[in-house]
Amino acid sequence: MSYWEFLSEYGPRLIDGTLVTAAQFFLAAALAIVIALIAGLMKLSPYLPVRAPAVVYIEVFRGTSLLVQLYWIFFVLPLFGVSFDKFTAGFVAVGMNLGAYGAELVRGGIQSVPKGQWEAAYSLSMSPLRRMWRIILPQALLNMLPPWGNLLIELLKGTALVALISVADLMFEARQINGSTYLSAQTFGSALIIYYIFARLIITPFMRWLERVMRRKLGRA
Amino acid sequence: MFDWRWDFTWEILPRLFEATLNTMIAAGAGYAIAVVLGLVLALAQRTPWRVLTFVVREVVEFIRSTPLVLQIFFVFFVGPQFGIRLDPWTSGMIAIGLHYSAYLSEVYRGGIESVAKGQWEACASLSMSTRDTYFRIIIPQALPPSLAGMGNYLVGIFKDTPMLSVIGVAELMHTANAIGSENYRFLEPYTLVGVIFLAISLPAAGLIRVFEGWVRKKLGMQ
Repeated sequence: MSYWEFLSEYGPRLIDGTLVTAAQFFLAAALAIVIALIAGLMKLSPYLPVRAPAVVYIEVFRGTSLLVQLYWIFFVLPLFGVSFDKFTAGFVAVGMNLGAYGAELVRGGIQSVPKGQWEAAYSLSMSPLRRMWRIILPQALLNMLPPWGNLLIELLKGTALVALISVADLMFEARQINGSTYLSAQTFGSALIIYYIFARLIITPFMRWLERVMRRKLGRA
Repeated sequence: MFDWRWDFTWEILPRLFEATLNTMIAAGAGYAIAVVLGLVLALAQRTPWRVLTFVVREVVEFIRSTPLVLQIFFVFFVGPQFGIRLDPWTSGMIAIGLHYSAYLSEVYRGGIESVAKGQWEACASLSMSTRDTYFRIIIPQALPPSLAGMGNYLVGIFKDTPMLSVIGVAELMHTANAIGSENYRFLEPYTLVGVIFLAISLPAAGLIRVFEGWVRKKLGMQ
């Protein structure tokens, strides 16, 4: 079987898998961004009761493996009465894992905003919320965009693990096709190339574009 | 916590500790491969041969932006297709070592680039050979700034070993799966695996920081 015959026969299944991977990626990314913002801000709080839960969350999720967290959320959490279907469990685990890494980026980004910006906002008697939202966060976001680009690629790679709880993503389809055809080089090779294209031709250029747009908006072009 | 069975916990702990040892061996062996191969990949990108530099650069990018679990499957299944049979341990070590060598090559690259330009010029003016320049002058100075990154990836490789369970390497996750399906209880094994990972990776991160300070002091870079 030539590679073209292989692609015409199994290509559609690989594309189906890619669409599921894309859905997992976007949902997990959205969750990770929200969690990272909340946990990152909480970790900067001067109040211990606010800071402590964020620290525990970040250390637990960064200190253990994504695969362990995924299995725990899918197999153990139902024993506590919280059950997710496999699709939800997949992106929740990936989002929470990468959200913990993202929280550290948010914290670092906010701390990198010069002190004068805080003082200026304070002297204009902005409320703390307004100061954070209008002055600090936009500058912090620009500072942390490059590491977020890497983090999103890590997130894409993380979504491959959801195949292990039988979410029919690209990784899962590749395993299925491999199981029935034994054309391992073609199947896994194609899947690797699709992941690479997703990361290098979609995520990276998008992040570069976002950085340019934000730079312009902040008048730093 | 409700339904947590301590007798079961004590019963399975020895097996889990044994698997922890396997996990550490896997992480150590994979890291050893990555440390050496990473240096090769980093140095290959500094050669004057444009084609080699370009190819290595693309390979590193490719490895870094595709999932490790897929690479593990690739190494494990593609060999037999061409008549090379690798056991799970060997293919796991190759895959994880290769994956992290790509990351470590970036760490080394950053370290080498952080060495001041005058050091290169001094080597050239002393007409040192390329080999002496790298091994006696540049790499010793590139090491301390690389240590933090190297340490992070040591912890990273340790946390990624559970992926080896998919091809049947008997590390922690694999053992926890086995215990779970033998006893129809997943609460204790999975939770304990999480606790063991946490108990090792958190102190390890601290130890690495201490070690980094020690090396800096030894090299008089404090």
